[in-house]
Amino acid sequence: MKNIFHRYGDYGDREAAGGENTHHDTSNEWPLWEVFIRSKAGLDHKHAGSLHAADANMAIENARDVYTRRMEGVSIWVVESKYVHASDPADAEMLYEPANDKIYRHPTFYNLPDELKHM
Amino acid sequence: MTTKSFQEHFDKQIENEVSIEPRDWMPDDYRKTLIRQISQHAHSEIVGMLPEGNWITRAPSLRRKCVLLAKVQDEGGHGLYLYSAAETLGISRDEMIEQLHSGKAKYSSIFNYPTITWADMGAIGWLVDGAAIMNQVPLCRTSYGPYARAMVRVCKEESFHQRQGYEIMMTLANGTEVQKKMAQDALNRWWWPSIMMFGPSDADSPHTVQSMKWRIKRFSNDELRQKFIDVTVEQAKLIGLTVPDPDLKWNEATGHYDFGKINWDEFWNVVKGNGPCNKERLQARQKAWNDGAWVRDAAVAHAQKRKFKETPKSKSEAA
Repeated sequence: MKNIFHRYGDYGDREAAGGENTHHDTSNEWPLWEVFIRSKAGLDHKHAGSLHAADANMAIENARDVYTRRMEGVSIWVVESKYVHASDPADAEMLYEPANDKIYRHPTFYNLPDELKHM
Repeated sequence: MTTKSFQEHFDKQIENEVSIEPRDWMPDDYRKTLIRQISQHAHSEIVGMLPEGNWITRAPSLRRKCVLLAKVQDEGGHGLYLYSAAETLGISRDEMIEQLHSGKAKYSSIFNYPTITWADMGAIGWLVDGAAIMNQVPLCRTSYGPYARAMVRVCKEESFHQRQGYEIMMTLANGTEVQKKMAQDALNRWWWPSIMMFGPSDADSPHTVQSMKWRIKRFSNDELRQKFIDVTVEQAKLIGLTVPDPDLKWNEATGHYDFGKINWDEFWNVVKGNGPCNKERLQARQKAWNDGAWVRDAAVAHAQKRKFKETPKSKSEAA
């Protein structure tokens, strides 16, 4: 069970939180769910937050009460947090830096005459 | 990377105002400070539901009842956003609740004062939520990403809390003599505890310097307190109420109000558990938790039963 906290996308290092916390038994806690909300038809679902619930139905009901009290959404997705896999921040340089020197992928890289229209 | 280079990377992120996210390396003390601050903040939202819950069934009209219900529901939500943010640091929800119930974790002392009249609902919204907003707006830019995001959500919702409170005070202040007296009495009782909400003076606040270095805090306790007093005194004048501080005086030179001496002995006394309602609040939380145990257990049992039914072939896996 401990490894869940390393696997889940938005979770830090449980061991590093340290002290007496590490021996705590969490087996009776409701699992954690990530909530995604579509604010209106035509838009993507976007991560809104997380909550605990015994099952998916309860997670959706709770998400409705917690994240859509002010017409923030028309559709809800929930996924159990332990199923979210994440890239490691330590790999950020390796993964994202190569894109920095490829500015020719952007339209503004190309110097074209001002007279040119509709392009 | 070595610990030193991790530390350098972290310092650079803070320096460049790049948010720290849950899986980033962070110093142990940064993590611990955040867990303490965020969980304390979450507990305050949850315990803060109690003094107002006291008045839901006795609100003077259906409109006021709807508003109060919505406000208390928001506070439950705010507690949840904050607990979730703290959980990303590696502490579990149950651990935090245990710490609250054992008295190990603190919550805002303001909620250890009783709500004895309807005007207290006005004073809490206006002053207590007003002070909270003063604190929370800069936290929307705090250096830890999940905390900042939770605070953006909280601040968006909190604004109505203060406005409805002020509206209650305004209505009472414009009412009969008795109503006006009730409003003034509430202001008299809530004023000093409200300005104590910003915490001890900078000189007596050992965590402030480090928290500001880490950009967890953006303003010191005294700066925020002064800002709150400056705006709130004007708001009191507008509805003809008097702030209960004989030393309160506009200071032309500083452009701020000077105010009287705060009774810090009272503050520390309440923090230590000797306020008028400390025991009652904790007992109410413990009772809710214990009485709700069978519901939590039943929900788990029900979810497990459903899982078995849905996947009859993979019984061994589900178990």
